[in-house]
Amino acid sequence: MNALVVAGVLIVLLGISYQTGWSKSRGLVTADGVKVHSRPQYHGSFTAIWAMVPALVILLLWAWFGGGITHNYTVSQIPQDILVSLDQAGLNGAIIRINALASGYGVAGEIAPWEQAAGDALRSFNFLTFAGTLILAVVAGGAGLAYARSRITARLRARNSVERVVNVLLLACSAVAILTTVGIVASLVTEAFRFFTFINPLDFFFGTVWAPNNAGGTNYGSYGLLPLLAGTLMITAIAMLVAVPVGLMSAIYLSQYAPKSFRAVAKPLIEILAGIPTIVFGFFALVTVGPFLRDFGNAIGLQISATSALTAGIVMGIMIIPFVSSLSDDIMNQVPRTLRDGAYGLGATQSETIRNVLLPAALPGIVGAFLLAVSRAIGETMIVVLAAGNAPILRGSPFEPVSTITVSIVNQLTGDTDFTGPQSLVGFALGLTLFVVTLCLNIFALYIVRRFREQYE
Amino acid sequence: MDMLAGKVKKTSLNLDSAMNPTDVLERPIRLTARDVTVHYGAKQALHGISIDIPDRAVTAFIGPSGCGKSTFLRCINRMNDTIEGAKVGGTIKLDGEDIYAPALDVVELRARIGMVFQKPNPFPKSIYDNVAYGPRIHGLAKSKSDLDEIVVSSLRKAGLFEEVKDRLQEPGTGLSGGQQQRLCIARAIAVGPEVILMDEPCSALDPIATAVIEELIDELRENYTIVIVTHSMQQAARVSQRTAFFHLGNLIEQGPTEDIFTNPVNKQTQDYIMGRIG
Ligand SMILES: Nc1ncnc2c1ncn2[C@@H]1O[C@H](COP(=O)(O)OP(=O)(O)O)[C@@H](O)[C@H]1O
Ligand SMILES: [Mg+2]
Repeated sequence: MNALVVAGVLIVLLGISYQTGWSKSRGLVTADGVKVHSRPQYHGSFTAIWAMVPALVILLLWAWFGGGITHNYTVSQIPQDILVSLDQAGLNGAIIRINALASGYGVAGEIAPWEQAAGDALRSFNFLTFAGTLILAVVAGGAGLAYARSRITARLRARNSVERVVNVLLLACSAVAILTTVGIVASLVTEAFRFFTFINPLDFFFGTVWAPNNAGGTNYGSYGLLPLLAGTLMITAIAMLVAVPVGLMSAIYLSQYAPKSFRAVAKPLIEILAGIPTIVFGFFALVTVGPFLRDFGNAIGLQISATSALTAGIVMGIMIIPFVSSLSDDIMNQVPRTLRDGAYGLGATQSETIRNVLLPAALPGIVGAFLLAVSRAIGETMIVVLAAGNAPILRGSPFEPVSTITVSIVNQLTGDTDFTGPQSLVGFALGLTLFVVTLCLNIFALYIVRRFREQYE
Repeated sequence: MDMLAGKVKKTSLNLDSAMNPTDVLERPIRLTARDVTVHYGAKQALHGISIDIPDRAVTAFIGPSGCGKSTFLRCINRMNDTIEGAKVGGTIKLDGEDIYAPALDVVELRARIGMVFQKPNPFPKSIYDNVAYGPRIHGLAKSKSDLDEIVVSSLRKAGLFEEVKDRLQEPGTGLSGGQQQRLCIARAIAVGPEVILMDEPCSALDPIATAVIEELIDELRENYTIVIVTHSMQQAARVSQRTAFFHLGNLIEQGPTEDIFTNPVNKQTQDYIMGRIG
């Protein structure tokens, strides 16, 4: 409700201020016929910015500090003798009850008179501060509007001012993106360090047994990363063995051999494959590929488990085929046509041209595409949850169930978690490991892709 | 630098120095084209081109941009085959043999008719490997020393050897534009072609590099049949013995270069020579 009122007021302010600036600017043109520096839209935007910024600043200030002020006020409404009798939990409970009374939701149990009084007081306090803030915001906005309007003259460089504001706005948005990333990484790091206060990092990074004791207590269990890392790498390797040849060949066919009409149909179709939710690939692995592999193994005398590294790897490979083929196709199309012409002009056949000229020229870019695909595979979770068998044991055979880093994170963080013991905090350590691995791969990939780009300016 | 300046002067002497008193058409004819048409999809780019190209002489195609010079040049070594939607009609014969005959081996044809492109396009390989590429795929060298010999002599013929002899293993893309273009000429020569097609080989080069290449073309004429597309009339005048003027997909006029420039018969040719057609 309140949010709607605020939004409504802001929109009205925006409309009025823009209109004011715009019409004053139009007035300039018709009145003295001098050359106006900026078009009316810019004067409108200029005025709107001057009106909106002070209003928004005041609202933001209240959003920032209002909570603390209200809290203090609520505490001050609790009678002194009762206040001293309350511990921290009791105080929090009392505040929640008072808030509930103030907003009219009602509370369970008997309502003490002091609670009722405090609730009533808080209600009028909330109303007053809300109305006060809003009025202050409108007044500040109005003042900004009036100031901006008074500054509008033919020579005012509103266009340039708007440009600067747009700059700041864009900067702020990219700052949000960057700061969020930094924040996520920082929280990963701090929580991971908390985990390492329970478990020795050496035991984590080089331990070969993964057996967390999720029951709690002082026996935490064993947190060896290696079985998970091995499972992750094995599945990723199988996935790349499937995706790289198939993806690369289909990219070569699409970019070099396919007639335009076929390409126009096939390329979007392959990209649709990339849009299939990974959980669907998970079903597919569980229901079709796993049993098929098991039966096939039986037929040729191999013991293949239905849920295994092989199943998950093959299906994950199928999932990233479009990724590899689409990127490689784009990269091969970037190789200048003149280079291919050079080879044809010397009498090279098509496949010679592809092998000797096109692929070497595109190779760095293709390697970059592979690395991006690898980091995608390493982070993939759903297929592995369903198809890899969830057996965090260090072993060398791809025909047996394994588990991966991502699956173990899911296992450790689902259900009741309080983030006080290593059982759940290990999720952050695993997440950090995963992040560092994929980050390194991405940096390496970007480095290679960039080198490729420089080769042809 | 002095040496280069000398070259500029020498090649800019133009016309008379390059001219034979008799028309080069009296030499044997290597290439004959009759009623060649090209369609790109529904669009017709060439309307019945007929021309004879004499042995061991330079034939220049001139004309405004977009008139079909490159298109016709690409018909001669069937590079248009690599363009989707391009259809070629009419006949082109090399030494009396129809190059569009179904039985003809395109790969072998392109080894006999080399091509140099508008923008220098060395492969991202070493200078040596660039030149060795053609001989390797066609199996022209029996041994490593054979290959070395082909590479060195091709670089020599392209006038590049002295400049690169100490860095044959460095990437060809690291050379200057003019050197890259001579590398591409060496690459074409290494396959042992009889005809060399050049599509505006100097349009991406500065005047000094251009002068060096023009000089080179003049030398190559001793051993190769050369067809050069150029949008520079001065260049056509400097390097060619015969000139053909294209306009809007038609071959308007052809003849000895001197005649085309001093005494054009056709009104459109006159206009172009005088700079009235862009
Ligand atoms: N690959 C192509 N696809 C479609 N049209 C083309 C293609 N190449 C050339 N053309 C058209 O054919 C005409 C002749 O082009 P081109 O032979 O390149 O001219 P020039 O070399 O004389 O400048 C132009 O109108 C051009 O637009
Ligand atoms: Mg051209």
